[in-house]
Amino acid sequence: MFRYILSTATAALFSGSVLAAEMADSDQRLQTLEQRLQILETAAPVKTVASSRNAFNPAIALILSGIYTNLSQSPEGYHISGFALPEDSEIGPGSRGLNLGESELVISSNIDPYLYGNFVLALTPEGGAEVEEGYIQTIALSNGFSLKAGRFLSGIGYNNARHAHVWDFVDAPLAYQALLGGRYGDDGVQMKWLAPTEIFFELGAEALRGAGFPASERDKNGSGAATLFAKLGGDAGASSWLAGISLLSTSPEGREVADIDLADAKVINRFSGTSKLWIADVVWSYAPNGNKVPGNFKLQAEYLLRDERGDLAYDVGGVENTAPFSARQSGVYVQGIYQFMPRWHVGLRAERLDAGTVDYGANNAMLAQRDFNPAKRSVMVDYSPSEFSRIRLQYARDESRQDVSDNQLFLQYQMSLGAHGAHQF
Amino acid sequence: MNKFLISVSMMAASFFSVASSASANTAALNIFACEPEWGALAQALGGDRVSIYVATTAKQDPHQIQAKPSLLVQVRRANLVVCTGAELESAWLPLVLRQAGNGAVQPSSPGYFEAADYVQKLGVPVVLDRAAGDVHAAGNPHIHTDPRNIARIATALAQRLADIDPANAAFYQSRYRDFSTRWQAAIERWERAAAPLQGVVVVSHHSYFLYLDHWLGLNTVAQLEPKPGVPPTSAHLVSMQTLLQNQPARMILRGPYNSERPSAWLSERTKIPEVLLPGTVGGSDQAKDLFSLFDDTVARLLAALK
Repeated sequence: MFRYILSTATAALFSGSVLAAEMADSDQRLQTLEQRLQILETAAPVKTVASSRNAFNPAIALILSGIYTNLSQSPEGYHISGFALPEDSEIGPGSRGLNLGESELVISSNIDPYLYGNFVLALTPEGGAEVEEGYIQTIALSNGFSLKAGRFLSGIGYNNARHAHVWDFVDAPLAYQALLGGRYGDDGVQMKWLAPTEIFFELGAEALRGAGFPASERDKNGSGAATLFAKLGGDAGASSWLAGISLLSTSPEGREVADIDLADAKVINRFSGTSKLWIADVVWSYAPNGNKVPGNFKLQAEYLLRDERGDLAYDVGGVENTAPFSARQSGVYVQGIYQFMPRWHVGLRAERLDAGTVDYGANNAMLAQRDFNPAKRSVMVDYSPSEFSRIRLQYARDESRQDVSDNQLFLQYQMSLGAHGAHQF
Repeated sequence: MNKFLISVSMMAASFFSVASSASANTAALNIFACEPEWGALAQALGGDRVSIYVATTAKQDPHQIQAKPSLLVQVRRANLVVCTGAELESAWLPLVLRQAGNGAVQPSSPGYFEAADYVQKLGVPVVLDRAAGDVHAAGNPHIHTDPRNIARIATALAQRLADIDPANAAFYQSRYRDFSTRWQAAIERWERAAAPLQGVVVVSHHSYFLYLDHWLGLNTVAQLEPKPGVPPTSAHLVSMQTLLQNQPARMILRGPYNSERPSAWLSERTKIPEVLLPGTVGGSDQAKDLFSLFDDTVARLLAALK
């Protein structure tokens, strides 16, 4: 019945407009008027929006995740040999057995015609809550500019700004863990500029507080960390690519990192000086006809290089031995993800860290570098019943600790409730 | 590393040269169209006063697009973004708009046009629950499969073009009048030709052709997808086979981005012909513009009826 009324109504509308056109033949002015009227009549939006007070509620999404972890080696005292990190770094495979993963509450919305706001609260299974991101971003600027302020994941590298639930593996790449303590998020401002070119060319710069590793909290008015990044990307036939180069520059003061000295004792060293981290990243994805649904392939690789110079205080029994320190260490990973049929992915990741050269100066006697390059290989398969759910099985052979090979098996779920997530490239 | 940088810069150089040759033909208005049908409509109304970039092809599922770098580049330079709306592009367009640094094409500004605002939506869910699959709160977004909707959207789009490019307002008006007259005549022609399709029972892969069904009076009794956006399962296909034994359909409809296997499987077992419809402009060799899109759609449906 409804269909009938609708089609009759539309038929009437169109016969009316045809009639109007015929009449207008005689008089040009009448025709113009008629057209304007017609536009007014038919172009009125038919959309109706509920006008309740909560119609403007922001988009809310909740990420739920859980994991079963089976490790052949105890994760107790996990470290990456040769790579000193703060004690509270979020590295390693996590604890054995059944675990609730981190839950994430994401609230976002346009604030007004000029700004967009995004808030990400990470709820740890132990009960803590952490503001992972809380930023405002301009939407009304032109000429390719956008500004962001607040707390956000830095735009350096490829993987850094991606939240854990969109990763292709359970854990962050080893190079990110070893050289960034997982990833770099901080408080500050970001400016990005997209060039008016046919190819994608974006420049970004950030001035940050420098609250976390590889920076350190300092009592100062200026910024404690700065980044610069440039990205280039585009399409080539049915494939898309993105390549970038980034620099994170900080000058930590008294940054505490855990290390193991030659007597195999755990020590806390304090570093002051400059730290520069370079990232080169490249991503290439291909889907037949550009349609990702039936199948697609994605290749991703990143190379991280960190250069630190300054002084290191080595604490022995309450006495600090300060000596010049310099270190140049790097890491690389390459991963390929293949969607071989709708909803199913398989992935391989190969990773290697280069302990590089670490010179402790006069402290070499107690802290001399070990000749060991950590490595890890992972393979995973995941199944997504829908766009909002994913179950993943991952096996990894982790050789990040000297003389220890850890066989790691993970079974993980990641679910997204509420607002539809964005399809980031 | 060096090799890599060299190849990247070579790629860059080749793209820049393409850019300079393209900019020689400067058009007044840069239009970013999310789907081919809106690109074709904007072209029909804007003629040589517009330069159009179409973000997706007929072979791509418009729900499943990524916010890839090339899209940001095109939105940054756009004077007008023409998309479907009704949440069809909600997974990628908002992200692209936010990152492109172009204040002129943000939602609610004159440079942002959502076609779904101007038509009555069908298939609006009574209850919003993701257990029902990937449902759209605003209703079925594939509005362009009914040419009468295109007529309404053309009216609004012509007005919008005139609003943001007043210097060419008269030009758009006259092109709109011409298009509108030809379009109304074409609708009458298609409706006459498609009269035998009234009440014909069909099944379709995805609810892509809801508006087409509604227009031509096709009777879709089932979808190959058990729920919207959920790929056909073998169990569901087997139940479809049983259903079709009791209630024989005349054809199995599929759009160009739907996987061919489920409909081929069902067609083979039930001996019901499978009909690949172009869906949108570029979905078949024949569907070169909006007129030939519906010419081809009606022709393919009629051919399957014989």
